[in-house]
Amino acid sequence: MSGETRPHSPAPGGGDGTSGEWEVVIGLEIHVQLSTNTKMFCSCPVTFGEEPNTHTCPVCLGHPGTLPVANERAVEYATRIALALGCRIADHTIFHRKNYFYPDLPKAYQISQYDLPLGVGGHLDVELDDGSVFPVGVTRVHMEEDAGKLVHAGGATGRIHGADYSLVDFNRGGTPLVEVVSEPDMRTPEQARAYLTQLKGLLEHLGVSDVNMEEGSLRCDANVSVRRPGAPLGVKTELKNMNSFRYVQRGLEAEIERQIAALEDGERIVQATVHFDPVTGSITTLRSKEEAHDYRYFPEPDLVPIEIDEAYVERVRASLPELPAARRRRFVADYGLQAGDAGILAANRPLGDYFERVAELSGDARLSANWVTGDLSAHLNSAGVGVEESAVAPEALAGLLALLGDGTLSSRLAKEVFQVMLETGREAEAIVRERGVGQISDAGELEEIIAAIVEANPGPTEEFRQGREKVLSFFVGQVMKQTKGQANPQLVNELLRKHLAG
Amino acid sequence: MISREEVEHIARLSRLRFEEEELERFRHDLSAILDYVNTLGELDLEGLKPTAHAVDLKNVLRADEPGVCLSQAAAVANGPAVEAGQFVVPRIG
Repeated sequence: MSGETRPHSPAPGGGDGTSGEWEVVIGLEIHVQLSTNTKMFCSCPVTFGEEPNTHTCPVCLGHPGTLPVANERAVEYATRIALALGCRIADHTIFHRKNYFYPDLPKAYQISQYDLPLGVGGHLDVELDDGSVFPVGVTRVHMEEDAGKLVHAGGATGRIHGADYSLVDFNRGGTPLVEVVSEPDMRTPEQARAYLTQLKGLLEHLGVSDVNMEEGSLRCDANVSVRRPGAPLGVKTELKNMNSFRYVQRGLEAEIERQIAALEDGERIVQATVHFDPVTGSITTLRSKEEAHDYRYFPEPDLVPIEIDEAYVERVRASLPELPAARRRRFVADYGLQAGDAGILAANRPLGDYFERVAELSGDARLSANWVTGDLSAHLNSAGVGVEESAVAPEALAGLLALLGDGTLSSRLAKEVFQVMLETGREAEAIVRERGVGQISDAGELEEIIAAIVEANPGPTEEFRQGREKVLSFFVGQVMKQTKGQANPQLVNELLRKHLAG
Repeated sequence: MISREEVEHIARLSRLRFEEEELERFRHDLSAILDYVNTLGELDLEGLKPTAHAVDLKNVLRADEPGVCLSQAAAVANGPAVEAGQFVVPRIG
């Protein structure tokens, strides 16, 4: 089991080994921090990047004799997530203690859920790049609390050479978490990444989390095993704490490669936690799970059961925003958008809202979709900002589209004006007026120019009159030259024919 | 009677180390405790729902409103070793 990785390009549905086809089986466990004001079981504020140990209290520090009380909003957010994933909501759900020793866990147990989780039996329809959809089962959705943060002495840049201790900051300890456990329904790292991407979009849409992988508000563990097609499940390993979509995919690729190579060499896979190093691309085994997995769960005696009635479930269901899948279908059906554009707009709630506003104001949904997914998204992506921070408001973009629609601007000019709008935050009409960009659609003004050009070119005029249609483009060119490309092409054609006809 | 391996396993999970004769004594003590708890199994519990609580309470929740936190100094006051406002623990990772 060396850490070396070999080139690996998994075929759809499996991995190629020298001794034949392997099938890959992947399940994901996602931890998402809820964006509540306070922690799961105490009223300390949830914060990020504050001075260490400034947002703690006896409850989240695990002092003896303190009593946890569950956060109402956290329960509601967790219910939202479970409902959005199509889970059945338990009418009776309780917390358990999960016992293990680790310095970031002051009580030496984590309050979590065990055999009576909040939600079970859901699924997420995952759309792949080619437009095909595959369902991933969701085993369970449960509530728990986050651990504190361990900092190795020496700070963010690494441990001081020779330092033999770590530092613990409990600000994060007790932050509400929801864990979403998938069925082992994914067969390739690409599918795993697509599921994660879609789940992240959904959580963002629900407004229950910041879903920021870099800051750790969304974390992903993957269970992965390989087997011969049709054979029973192989021994799985768990890839821990991957903090970007790319690492999830690359980590899985490396671990699948390692497992296949080991099995082909006649080795046995040992159930273990493994770590992927994105810098070297290698896999290291952290610990064998045989001993560590005994968490001695038992019902948390300090917390009473939560009983959820139908009325509560319906109230939370009614508060759900339109979900991405439904929104995508509506964009296609109501606005006649292409599936691709509809998918992009539905996956990102603020962008979808922005599009709907522009479509409503401009009255041209497809044109609006083109601009929002095209020029606007290109700008947002390159600037690395969300649509909320766009310098061009929906009203302003609709204003630009109106100038495009009434022929004041050509597509090319509209793109230029849009760039100016992005840079200055000004209205399209003001830019057009001030800079004189905009098509000349004034027939009177154009007629003067055209009459002069026709008069100055008696030769070509004669040719046209004898039936040489091609000469028309010469005249169009002359008009465009004189108007610096700003004449309305349709009007130019019309007027030229009139004047050339004599 | 529980096995010696089980006692060793529980000791390891609890990060406790015992001498040879202590292991044997815990085998007896822990077995006696389990036997006593097992007397509950003699009751006829047919048709009863499992209870995690003796109190008849449910849905005790609090509003999501921030309260007062400890100061950093107070938070780490009981730490046996403290540095830069944080608890010092043996090196991890």
